[in-house]
Amino acid sequence: MSDDQIAVHDPHAKPATYVEADAVDRFENPGLPPHRPRRADVDEQAAKRAERQVATMFTLSILGTLGFLVCYFVVDPELRGSLLVIGEMNLYHLILGLTMAASLLFIGLGAVHWAKTLMPDTEVVEERHLQASDQESRDEAAGILSDGYRSAQLHRRPVLLLTAGGALSLFALPMALQVAGGLGPLPGDTLESTVWKRGMRLMIDPSGAPIRPEQVTQGSVIHVMPEGYVGDTHGEDAPSALEIMEAKATASVLLVKLNPEDIQSQKQLDWGVDGIVAYSKICTHVGCPVALYERQTHHLLCPCHQSTFDMTNDCEVIFGPAKRPLPQLPIMVENGYLVAADGFAEPVGPSYWERG
Amino acid sequence: MSKLAAYRRSPIALIVLLFLGLAFTGTAYAALQPTAPSDTYAASGAAADDVEEGRKLFLANCASCHGTNAEGKTGVNTAGPSLVGVGSAAVDFQVGTGRMPMAAPGVQAADKPTVFTDKQIDQLGAFVDSLGPGPSVPDAQYTDLVNADIANGGKIFRTNCAMCHNSSAQGGALTRGKYAPSLMNVEPKHIYEAMLTGPQSMPVFNDATLQPQEKEDVIAFIKNIEEGGNEYGGHSLGSLGPAGDALFIWTIGIGLLIAAAVWLGRKAA
Amino acid sequence: MTTIPQGAEAVRDRTPTGTSSDDARPSLPPPLVWADDRLGVAKGMGLFKKVFPDHWSFLLGEIAMYSMIICLITGTFLTFWFVPSMGHVIYDGSYVPLKGVGMSEAYASTLDISFDIKGGLLIRQLHHWAALLFIVGIALHVARVFFTGAFRKPRELNWVIGTVLSLLAIIEGFAGYSLPDDLLSGTGIRAMNGFMSSAPVIGTYMTFFVFGGEFPGEAIIPRLYIAHVLLLPALLVGLFAVHIFLVFWHKHTQYPGPGRTNTNVVGFPLMPVYTAKAGGFFFIVFGITALISATVTINAVWAYGPYDPSQVTAGSQPDFYMWFSDGALRLLPGWLEFELWGFTWSFNIFLGSLLLLPLVWIILGVYPFIEKWVTGDNREHHLLDRPRNAPVRTAIGAAAISIYLVLAIATINDILAIKLHLSINDITVALRIAFFLLPVIVFMVTKRLCLSLQRADRDLVLHGTETGRIQRTPEGRFYEVHEDLDAHDRWHLVQHEAQHPLSLTAGPDTDEYGVAKPRGMAFKVRRALSEFYFRDRVDPVTPSELAAAHHHGEAEALPGGHAEAIEEARAEETLSLRSDDRH
Repeated sequence: MSDDQIAVHDPHAKPATYVEADAVDRFENPGLPPHRPRRADVDEQAAKRAERQVATMFTLSILGTLGFLVCYFVVDPELRGSLLVIGEMNLYHLILGLTMAASLLFIGLGAVHWAKTLMPDTEVVEERHLQASDQESRDEAAGILSDGYRSAQLHRRPVLLLTAGGALSLFALPMALQVAGGLGPLPGDTLESTVWKRGMRLMIDPSGAPIRPEQVTQGSVIHVMPEGYVGDTHGEDAPSALEIMEAKATASVLLVKLNPEDIQSQKQLDWGVDGIVAYSKICTHVGCPVALYERQTHHLLCPCHQSTFDMTNDCEVIFGPAKRPLPQLPIMVENGYLVAADGFAEPVGPSYWERG
Repeated sequence: MSKLAAYRRSPIALIVLLFLGLAFTGTAYAALQPTAPSDTYAASGAAADDVEEGRKLFLANCASCHGTNAEGKTGVNTAGPSLVGVGSAAVDFQVGTGRMPMAAPGVQAADKPTVFTDKQIDQLGAFVDSLGPGPSVPDAQYTDLVNADIANGGKIFRTNCAMCHNSSAQGGALTRGKYAPSLMNVEPKHIYEAMLTGPQSMPVFNDATLQPQEKEDVIAFIKNIEEGGNEYGGHSLGSLGPAGDALFIWTIGIGLLIAAAVWLGRKAA
Repeated sequence: MTTIPQGAEAVRDRTPTGTSSDDARPSLPPPLVWADDRLGVAKGMGLFKKVFPDHWSFLLGEIAMYSMIICLITGTFLTFWFVPSMGHVIYDGSYVPLKGVGMSEAYASTLDISFDIKGGLLIRQLHHWAALLFIVGIALHVARVFFTGAFRKPRELNWVIGTVLSLLAIIEGFAGYSLPDDLLSGTGIRAMNGFMSSAPVIGTYMTFFVFGGEFPGEAIIPRLYIAHVLLLPALLVGLFAVHIFLVFWHKHTQYPGPGRTNTNVVGFPLMPVYTAKAGGFFFIVFGITALISATVTINAVWAYGPYDPSQVTAGSQPDFYMWFSDGALRLLPGWLEFELWGFTWSFNIFLGSLLLLPLVWIILGVYPFIEKWVTGDNREHHLLDRPRNAPVRTAIGAAAISIYLVLAIATINDILAIKLHLSINDITVALRIAFFLLPVIVFMVTKRLCLSLQRADRDLVLHGTETGRIQRTPEGRFYEVHEDLDAHDRWHLVQHEAQHPLSLTAGPDTDEYGVAKPRGMAFKVRRALSEFYFRDRVDPVTPSELAAAHHHGEAEALPGGHAEAIEEARAEETLSLRSDDRH
């Protein structure tokens, strides 16, 4: 009955476009069920017991608070121990946490138990009124608006409305421009190259040792950074910490030796040294380091989104969301060490609009 | 012998080898001591009849897949790689962790309790060593974790290992059902051997890529995790990162709160 | 009742003016008199008489609200020690495995909070667990509001505010998750950088502006920090204030039940019951969060190590609320990226990130308006729907959740692969298929389930409950005596109305002279949608049906009481329903 009545009472309701369920043939709302008293309502003993329980909970909360205060100073912050289920952990942390939990939890449990057992539990009915104002109020509101509009002479001087609107809609632009303009430099061609240059030695990450080709045995994998960006970086013209981070994000390389017979691409062979090939470690999807090298399949897997690259086929994508192969770094031998023969021929890392 | 050739890289190793050889001749039962593995390795390197014993074990347990001369086979259910030149380190790892012999053909051999005694494993290793030079079982000084630098191990681990094995060494997935196993409760020498030989999908980290001391640092870093060195704030939920947190908060966490809410909304007795 | 009122009963029976002998007419305490002199607060005390209906599901929103407050409290503490800087330092704190390792000040200060500030780890874990609970609470609250139709007029605006709040909450969560600058969160920022660069035209500029240059730069942590501690909390708290004000303004919805109508609220007054219950619940939420924080680790940043763009950990996931987006990226195939007109179009990336996020929230935000357009229902609704009584809405919600879950689960495909010994490739392919298939199945199953539950309700009303008493008829047949539901129990099952599709209610397309009515495309779409929503339905039992059922004993009751035309139109599609009704 309720919904139907509302529909009738609502002065602003559009004519209903659905058939009212047969308004006559409906059950009547039987009204609130009779109130059943709780034990604490009729039994003073039960009420007393509830009172004791609530008081006990509040007392436990007080004890928890005091416990926290004492333990904060008394217990050794380095205290460790092994517990059932949890295992090894810092006990100082546990004690502080448990006392704090007791301090909070028992206030809550006490208050709710109090409300449930001793506070009134007869349901109260509050009337609800339609949100919409009546027509009189609406007319009055319309009058106020119209008066304002007219007394500001907007109806006679529309140019004021236009210019004020224009000014108000534009005034924030200088501030927006200041923020946007100052946030960062324009990209320019930053993304197109890395720090790799011809003749730069390949260094083991993180030790910073140079690599002789004979050290790279088949099946091994070496994580490589360009010379100067790894190991001891405290020299006179050493790169800053920021530059090193940027180099790690773009110039880190994976060095692998494959059986030259397995390599399917002539370019890949030419850019390597006797089957030793170097590939960018930065995924062409969204830039995670693709470093999971399976030595049996020669597949490289990205742990972030599972793009899989085939190292024997110039790191073409064979599974997952990446599209482009990992770029190869051309390498050669100079003075017995592996060095870059050139920088990367294409941008490394995630795709971007201007990459083309 | 290939064994000696491998040890020759380190001058200390020679002294240790001499010492261990003396220890072997002096104490006959030392070879049976499981807690002193280094003694047995020295033994395996020296005795010729170990090679013969190992060959017998090999023929009985391994030859069906690896071939009678360990040359490798390519059958459907009996494909095994050649073991020429894999070295005793590979044997000690594969057999010592129970990966070999494989229970059934599969994408990857899983670890399980080993079926061989330490002595038998050494004999197998001696046989495989005799086929061609390869990496040998590590020297005890690199697996005792004395003077290891945990922090340096952590740096190396995060660069070389964490992407497959997870930063807490709990393991991770590879392609097509293969996986990098958890490194918890693995003997230091087996971790060392795995780095040295690159079992299955794992790449090789030879002594030029990761020096023996660096390998020891890595092992110390892993052992620190295993011993609860990362446990501060309570149950670690399997160290699975946000996946464990999500599972917990969507079950027990919110479950507790909903239970409290249901209790709150229910009429008291 | 003959018992003499005691205990709480005695208090309740007292009239508001206070007639009992030992209690004089109450007067305002002095501080309130002082405040009333200046602010007239006494006039506002009527607020405490406001009535709130009691139901556990109404507390899901409170869980979110209280978790947010816990986050605000603990977060403020954390700002005292956290250093939002990417400046390079060498760690020299008490955590041995990172001693001497180079890292950002942000990461170093997070380690200090965890290891060198007493109780710092507890506050950190409280903050993070409460943040997760905040979003779990929001998710369940949204589900409750959706499935009960609480978003209907007049609450559409509050639904929109709520969806914006939930979006802000996950952005706030992501920003906070990124601040410690550990290897895991750094990988998340790296991925975010990738999402941004995939945007057509503006992508590269966007990343350079957000990151202050090339990734990673030194600007992103300070910028995320100010967003996390100032911008987003200000928006969250401000919008939340409006959200909760509107709840007061509209008065809370209530579940249908005897005595509950669309024009009343039945429940308990704010003073004292709801003050105690809601206030107490705050402490329960806080206490349970503290209990969890004391015993369960969250985000052990020290285990991940400092962020280094050349490193990564297996099992890299964001916190769960970003899973659907990350999962979409794992499922989208690479061929969605292509070059056109000399530019790179990375649909494989921005479809799952930059487009998916706004798309999900726009769909969520406009749903009430779509449903209202379809039903044409312009009435106010303060009584909630039982989810089974709105089968298609419930099925839509369930299907949407299933899509969300497929995407979310895709994010843990690597964890599933290793824990369940499956191939990560197989899981990914299976989830790609499930993304298209599962929602359809879930929709159909849920809808059928709702209809069946409604039919079960009908059966219960028509046939009553089984008493377990067996009686023998004079002819020698045995039957079990069924007992009618009492009026209060029955009301739960018969109070709703079944909506009928537009095709039945808007009349034929031609008028009485056979001339086509001017009906546009919009009407046809609307009619089709209405058909989709309300074609299959089960009407609640009417008194005459119940009477008929009584008349026929334990025989059958026809769904009836409707106009002939409707019966005819329904005949075909509801054949199964009706036959089910008959037994």
